[in-house]
Amino acid sequence: MSGDFVRGLRLWFAPGRIREEGDTPDYRFSLANERTFLAWIRTALALIGGGFAVDQFLPGLAWGVRTGLALGLLAAGVLCALRAVNHWVRCERAMRRGEDLPVSRFPALISLVVAVVAVAMVVVVLFGWEGR
Amino acid sequence: MTGPVRDPGLQPERTRLAWRRTTLACTVVGLLAVRQGLYVGTSAVGVLAVALSLLAWLGFLSAAHRRVSAMGASEPATLSPRLAVTAAGCTVALAVFAAATVF
Repeated sequence: MSGDFVRGLRLWFAPGRIREEGDTPDYRFSLANERTFLAWIRTALALIGGGFAVDQFLPGLAWGVRTGLALGLLAAGVLCALRAVNHWVRCERAMRRGEDLPVSRFPALISLVVAVVAVAMVVVVLFGWEGR
Repeated sequence: MTGPVRDPGLQPERTRLAWRRTTLACTVVGLLAVRQGLYVGTSAVGVLAVALSLLAWLGFLSAAHRRVSAMGASEPATLSPRLAVTAAGCTVALAVFAAATVF
């Protein structure tokens, strides 16, 4: 798993390397992979926008809660963006080699994080952790 | 404009629109960054963070523009890893500059 990650990481910075392996897949598959990558980037941007929004539009929250939520959302956005590139590279490589596409538990992880943030917001609204 | 062979699934068009959507999302985050700058006032860190955020937004815009231009071909080449890293890097940069102004 971690060896895979390092190998994937090396591919990020060696653009030609991907093309040396296997056969070029149907361009439509590559474009579909690219759109999935872009969807993950949008998810990352939405999380980052959420981080900004928590900081700007919830001035009533106690400082610690607000900053914690904002930083959590920003960190999730960073993770999402980095993972987007990694997953795109791995899918592209798998298609070239004719292997199965990589599976991942990241989608489950990110939905859990979003659920936790949502529950935290409900708790904050219900029990009013407002600072002054 | 359409070549002799047209993909009935309109894959290049869909991919171009996906880039457009993503650019729009990036623009919204850029605007929030500017608003954050107005919100935290004219501290050195705030001004620098907003300036760098706008630079990241421009970087994303240029990457998207290059890719959208490439979508005119009837069978576009695979996305280059460099463009993918640029797009993700600009996204990460926006988050990092946001974190710098949250405190």
